[in-house]
Amino acid sequence: MEKTPILEVKDLKTYFYLEGNKVAKAVDGVDFQIYPGETVALVGESGSGKSITSLSIMKLIDKPGKIEGGSILFSGTDLISLTEKQMTKIRGNDMAMIFQEPMTALNPVFTIGNQIMESLRKHQKISKKEAYIKAVELLKIVGFPRAEETIREYPHQLSGGMRQRAMIAIALSCNPKLLIADEPTTALDATIQAQILTLLDEMKEKFHMSILLITHDLGIVAEHADRVMVMYGGQIVESTSVERLFENPLHPYTRGLLESLPSIDREVERLGAIKGIVPPAFNFPKGCRFSDRCPYAMEECHQSNPKLLEIETNHQARCFLYKESV
Amino acid sequence: MTITEKKVIQETNNDTILEVNNLKKYFPIKGGVLRRTVGHVKAVDDVSLKVFRGETLGIVGESGSGKSTLGRVILRLLSPTDGQILFENEDITSKSNRQLRPIRKDMQIVFQDPYASLNPSMSVQELIEEPLIVQTNLDKNERKKKVNEILDKVGLRTSDQLKYPHEFSGGQRQRISIARALVLNPKFVVCDEPVSALDVSIQAQVLNLMADLQDELNLTYLFISHDLSVVKHISDRVAVMYLGRIAEVAPKREIYEKPLHPYTQALLSSIPTVDKNSRREKIILQGDLPSPSNPPSGCPFRTRCPKAFDLCSEVRPELKDMGNNHYVACHLYE
Repeated sequence: MEKTPILEVKDLKTYFYLEGNKVAKAVDGVDFQIYPGETVALVGESGSGKSITSLSIMKLIDKPGKIEGGSILFSGTDLISLTEKQMTKIRGNDMAMIFQEPMTALNPVFTIGNQIMESLRKHQKISKKEAYIKAVELLKIVGFPRAEETIREYPHQLSGGMRQRAMIAIALSCNPKLLIADEPTTALDATIQAQILTLLDEMKEKFHMSILLITHDLGIVAEHADRVMVMYGGQIVESTSVERLFENPLHPYTRGLLESLPSIDREVERLGAIKGIVPPAFNFPKGCRFSDRCPYAMEECHQSNPKLLEIETNHQARCFLYKESV
Repeated sequence: MTITEKKVIQETNNDTILEVNNLKKYFPIKGGVLRRTVGHVKAVDDVSLKVFRGETLGIVGESGSGKSTLGRVILRLLSPTDGQILFENEDITSKSNRQLRPIRKDMQIVFQDPYASLNPSMSVQELIEEPLIVQTNLDKNERKKKVNEILDKVGLRTSDQLKYPHEFSGGQRQRISIARALVLNPKFVVCDEPVSALDVSIQAQVLNLMADLQDELNLTYLFISHDLSVVKHISDRVAVMYLGRIAEVAPKREIYEKPLHPYTQALLSSIPTVDKNSRREKIILQGDLPSPSNPPSGCPFRTRCPKAFDLCSEVRPELKDMGNNHYVACHLYE
């Protein structure tokens, strides 16, 4: 892909200032690009900084958090320098987001139709009637067969899967170039999850969007993403194409994650558990942030934090076990 | 099926630790000004199953399938509406709480959310000691010894016992819950989504621990989960529930390699998998789970089933023996 990226994140740092002068470096030097039409997955466990990365891109970080450095170039504009007013124009218009729990993201006192039309009319100059027609059309696209009735319903009248469909309809209402999906199916049952993920794939094609997919589920990554970035301790530790990550995972954390995953395809006596727990963001170990849990940790791993280097073509890892390819 | 697996099933066949016959649990729906009962949620609707000593029976199903209610009714934490529960050949269906007390130490439960199931104002030592005070005549020193033993078994430091639950991570809290459930040396443990709230790397630690403890203490597990990969890893046999009923039950390999019920087939195909070669053709089900207060007539799955035909709306299919300990409730196999 020799195109220009639609999103380019450079050295992003988002810190949280906690009681007792503690600083949680939730996102600490993250670089990546997203190109038009691709799905990029950001994977990690709780506390890895994946959600804070996505909220930073939307500039939805509130006190005690603060974006401390770096740049977020969206279609060439640096979002960090924008005022809240300018940012509102971009949010929902060019960039939209869906969340894990659609019930908390939807407003319970307005009908589904109200919420879609609000979003349409806020960003486009159209009449109420046009907005209504467009809202019905959107609801049909995301899979509501009785869209004319659904438009009058309230969020509590819908099931979890249907609420997530409604969220997607709102997100798509202004033809965004980038959709950020933060654990979009984690709260849903397996058969409903499959419906929603298929819908997202279809919508990506139909609306020519890029998707930043945030998930903890490597199975979802394997089936729905083009590229993947693994996060740990507020940093990207490995980044490559989906095929390459599962064929040849480099970082010991990625390998550990894959081994700890029970699978319906293979049988193992014991799962390869990673010892210890994810360190809190205000108390990372010295050196490599994975060093206290890593089975391969060497002397230098406890001294300094390795850089994210290109180990093979289009495959980066942050680990002293590997040398940069020339 | 491997020889050892066959052997396990044959051996255990003679030794049923728990038997459930036509178990039903209906919750009344109250409505109107007078709070009259206007209907019922049929959470568990005519379930029969056996659990063999030393095995892990996995129960999978989506939310609303009744799997958690089944676990609670089996332990008599909820009273059944109808049916029979036999624990070690003893009918416990209508025993009073006083009569149940001696039996309760043999049947324990581990819950999903270790943040909600541990009393935050009790220290680890108090939490684990409490069942010993209620159930045994051990003196203080003996109890202390038991607490230390079980802490060691679940991989917690004995020096941790003066701490409180909030000082531990999710995985460690689940270890405390497990210690509390196992300190009375139970025979049968219901594990209700015990690893669902944990991250994968921690989930693996807890699953390994549970497997080790099962071997060491000769435990029987009823393992309830929505995660088919986890259930496959830990179970010997698996039962699939849909709208309060068992759709299919079989030894693990049977059900994962040759799923018969259209619901099991769809469920298995919907799991995203890392391994490209074993990816199944996705069967995307239409619609949502119907409400358990108003289940479809006949087969509960027929409204979403891609293979439904006339009979499915008329007659409720019963579990049918397909050989190899494989049972399925579906009209396609009659």
